[in-house]
Amino acid sequence: MAFYDGVFKTLGLEDWCGEAASNAPLSMADLLAKAGGEKAEAAGPIFPFPSLDHLNKSCDSVIQTRDLTKGIEDGFLAAKPALKSVLDPLTQPLSWMLDGALYLFNVVPWFIMIPLLVAISWYASRSKGVTIFVAFSICLLAFIDHYDVAMQTLSIIFVCTGISVLLGVPIGIAMSRSDSLQRATVPVLDLLQTLPTFVYLIPLIFLFSVTESKLYGIAIILYAIVPVIRLTDLGIRLVDRDVIEAANAFGMSSRQKLIGVQLPLALPNIMAGINQTIMMSLAMVVIASLVSAPGLGVNVLRGIRNLELGVGIVAGVGIVLLAVILDRVSKAALSRVDMTRVGH
Amino acid sequence: MTAQPKVRLRNLYKIFGPIDKTVLEHVKAGMSKDDLLAQHNHVLGLQDINVDMQAGEITVVMGLSGSGKSTLIRHLNRLIEPTAGEILVDGEDVMALSKDGLRGIRQNKMSMVFQKFALLPHRTVQQNTAMPLLVRGEDPAACEAEAVKWLERVGLAGYENHYPAQLSGGMQQRVGIARALTANTDIMLMDEAFSALDPLIRTDMQDLLLELQKELHKTIIFITHDLDEALKLADHLVILKDGAVVQQGEPQGILLNPNDPYIEDFVSDINRARVLRVKSVMGPLDDTTQYAGDVDVGDSLEKLISISGGETGQAYRVLDGETPVGQLDMRDLVKALVPRVSSSKAED
Repeated sequence: MAFYDGVFKTLGLEDWCGEAASNAPLSMADLLAKAGGEKAEAAGPIFPFPSLDHLNKSCDSVIQTRDLTKGIEDGFLAAKPALKSVLDPLTQPLSWMLDGALYLFNVVPWFIMIPLLVAISWYASRSKGVTIFVAFSICLLAFIDHYDVAMQTLSIIFVCTGISVLLGVPIGIAMSRSDSLQRATVPVLDLLQTLPTFVYLIPLIFLFSVTESKLYGIAIILYAIVPVIRLTDLGIRLVDRDVIEAANAFGMSSRQKLIGVQLPLALPNIMAGINQTIMMSLAMVVIASLVSAPGLGVNVLRGIRNLELGVGIVAGVGIVLLAVILDRVSKAALSRVDMTRVGH
Repeated sequence: MTAQPKVRLRNLYKIFGPIDKTVLEHVKAGMSKDDLLAQHNHVLGLQDINVDMQAGEITVVMGLSGSGKSTLIRHLNRLIEPTAGEILVDGEDVMALSKDGLRGIRQNKMSMVFQKFALLPHRTVQQNTAMPLLVRGEDPAACEAEAVKWLERVGLAGYENHYPAQLSGGMQQRVGIARALTANTDIMLMDEAFSALDPLIRTDMQDLLLELQKELHKTIIFITHDLDEALKLADHLVILKDGAVVQQGEPQGILLNPNDPYIEDFVSDINRARVLRVKSVMGPLDDTTQYAGDVDVGDSLEKLISISGGETGQAYRVLDGETPVGQLDMRDLVKALVPRVSSSKAED
């Protein structure tokens, strides 16, 4: 008999235990035991931890751990129709945007796209070195026939970063104005940042069809939006108190203060947040290739799955190149913002 | 004294802490700052402040750090909310104002100069100076012209397009003053405006302020911890200690008649010959005396000593303009130079 039989007996719970015959799914061990005709518990430890499974052996009314995981799954499935009916229309524009951007980046011919990207990086960084590096890297990717996949990755990052900034900056501003909102939001941000990236995908796969682009779009945005929120909040809170006091003393309204003082002075921090957001969406876009996100990540995945070493490494180097380009351009833009602040 | 003070503070109390209104009763019953902190964990900022600030005068509030002087000046435009008391500006109760009304008074009636300058680092000198007008929503071109005018007035012509970080501390504070002047308000609040500057530049800035004041006749409330600065600038001097007014009045009177050991300590280090004026130590005219010469009421004792060449046996006739108003015996002058003189020669 099982170890905890005595416990239930002394507690006088035998009747309650006998009531319910277990209908939990069989564990692999039980199944093997049944097939082999042996007692499964014979191999158990002498003094097991009173876990659900061990208590279940003595008393059928105690649930098994597998009942718990099954319950979570059932709950999720039950909530799915309601959640889907709300979230589906709400997130549909994201699918359109991602598909639109993918289409746009593919349909514009390279001889327009490459000069355009180089021009953008010049406008953002105003640095010859960075611009030349960008032109060189894109041409290199195109030369080894990775232009199309690189553009797909880039288009996803543009859309996801853009949305992260559009949502993240207002959230950060709201957080900087209310301590209670900040206290409520920080744990959520911590959760988003510490969840293993694969775990993001699990509930999303349940909710949306894998063929929809918003599936990976949401995963990337959830993961990448955190730094821009945090640094907007921090940047505004770090604005010199004396300057804020002066703004108050001259009778600025809170709107004038936000636009004229707080946001410009927080801009270097916000830009640092955007830089981090870009980097994190690039990291996530590779993982998102597991759920049909196109781009360089697909080639990496192919490298792993089919053991095509060369394909995987080339795609990996391509991702590194993209990362360096995006990082350098956004950092150069950041330092430009910082310069005007110091005023030299 | 003129009829209506520009700014009046009536029974003003400030206690820092979550239940300030409740512990106020203890303070009114006479509890000291230390006891309040020990028993109720509240900090007494200001207690029972009654000050009248006259239009066109410089009122200097002086005290050591922690005496509540910066707290006091921030009550005038309600950057800090008082626990109890009245603040009247032009007879209007600032405490009764709505949020918009308060913004209005900050925009139109008071401007402020800060110890740490508090300029906007991302704006040019000119944009900083024009800021108070832009906040009011005035025409940008007019604001610019006004800013250029005041920058020139404080000696910063040619620096319009620099950023604050490119200027020295003294120049940054000139921008701060230009900003306050551009606002064109009757009242200027100056919170330790010159304390962060080195001594030579500080003297320059004090001269600049006095020169501007001669022309503009603003109501200036000036905070300082420096007695020399206070005596140089003040028309009306208020001395704070532990959040309470220890003595207030005409600075020469306070110097000659300190009513508290705290103030005696303060004034003992002062170069009295430079600070005291003939007016404060002269006696009534008496026709029998032989005068060695004429002096003006506003002359400093230092000047008189140099006129007399150190002779102590003479007397001088004191003129206010053309009319003789009194006489000064050099012996009285020498007595006045020693701290803690008896009150017989002083007038308040």
